Amino acid sequence: MIKTDILIIGAGPTGLFTVFEAGLLKLKCHLIDSLPVPGGQCSEIYPKKPIYDIPSQPEILAGDLVDKLLEQIRPFNPTYTLGEKVLKMDKISENQFITTTNKGTKVKSSIIAIAGGLGCFEPRKPLIDNIENYEGKGIDYIIKDPEKYNDKKVVIAGGGDSALDWTIFLSDKARSLTLVHRRNEFRGAFDSVEKVQTLKNKGVIDVITPAEINSIKGDNKLKEVLIQKEGVFKNVETDYFIPLFGLTPKLGPLSDWGLEIENNSIKVNNSLDYQTNIPGVYAIGDINTYPGKLKLILCGFHEATLMCQSAFKRIHPNKKNVLKYTTVTGIHGFDGSKKESPKSTIKAIK
Amino acid sequence: MNKDIKLNIIDRKGKTHIIQAPLDMNLNLMEVCKMNNIGVEGTCGGMAMCSSCQCYIISDHKLPDKNEDEIAMLSESFYVKKNSRLGCQLFITSELEGLEIKIAPN
Repeated sequence: MIKTDILIIGAGPTGLFTVFEAGLLKLKCHLIDSLPVPGGQCSEIYPKKPIYDIPSQPEILAGDLVDKLLEQIRPFNPTYTLGEKVLKMDKISENQFITTTNKGTKVKSSIIAIAGGLGCFEPRKPLIDNIENYEGKGIDYIIKDPEKYNDKKVVIAGGGDSALDWTIFLSDKARSLTLVHRRNEFRGAFDSVEKVQTLKNKGVIDVITPAEINSIKGDNKLKEVLIQKEGVFKNVETDYFIPLFGLTPKLGPLSDWGLEIENNSIKVNNSLDYQTNIPGVYAIGDINTYPGKLKLILCGFHEATLMCQSAFKRIHPNKKNVLKYTTVTGIHGFDGSKKESPKSTIKAIK
Repeated sequence: MNKDIKLNIIDRKGKTHIIQAPLDMNLNLMEVCKMNNIGVEGTCGGMAMCSSCQCYIISDHKLPDKNEDEIAMLSESFYVKKNSRLGCQLFITSELEGLEIKIAPN
């Protein structure tokens, strides 16, 4: 079992910055996120889009903001469970929670900070009859174990970066690979589009556009997909069909935790510390709601800061705490690293 | 000068909402739906990257052409029809007076 002071659910900007504010108070953090990489929406939805309202950053790409946050929190040695979803939360005593993920990972913490953004990202499933019958039997919405496609026949559908990236990655591993997209144009990195074009030209992969998967067939396992291109149907035998149509956020199991929910968001006490109706469980960033709430990254940072001060008081009820300024005290990393402003030197001019 | 236009919006449950939308706030249709709690998520905030604001245009208004981002997103969305648009890419202008739309399933 993982033990930590604060369990942060959601590794988006707010969750990541919580590690920093907690670190200043010498509180350790563990983060859980359903996505395989940190960054939340900034990594998943718009990594290449600029953000203009981060104080002191006239313009910063969402992906770069995540990289900077990861660098900022590194001294506080956060630990991560990525690609797993929280399922269950048990309050075992006033200041002890055990949280369990869908893969059975258990985290014991004094505090839970839900920084889940819009919720847990789940794949958008195409509207194909019986598709759910083949989930895990040839249909994969997320690639978790790329090795399983070695020497297999694979069909990928989608027109964004993940469809392109996985097509490139699996092109020399799969026995055959077919990429299907509804239009001729792909919305992905220019470089990836070029690579896929080259692979197609060399006959390494098959690209079928404008087309879509009309239906799927098989017995216990997927056997073939029916591809519809401009009114013409074609059966393609395949071992795997991987639809990559992006992800959509769902509040998911958090809605069964007994938290007060309003309009798909968790109600918190904003006049104090963003605590929910369950003492010791906080909700910060886009996932919470209170009168006057604004879903902005900068507001998430503020909420994380106040929340950590409150968490400190819960964890150390008898300790007095005074706000320290990093310019004065520097950053003392849990990894032994130390950052501080240089001391003034006094030297006479002769 | 009138600063509002009237919109007729059918939500996902089939309920019709008659909405007054201001012209002077640089709003798009997704934002108008959110302001009026019509049950549109606007997950990506208006970047044409999620299609949670997809709607069907019922009236025969002449609308601005789709941009590349909107075409690309609709090509990857579900429940797309010929009259599908992304609300976040349609800005509230006087030309939209009386527009009738239906929010697409999500």
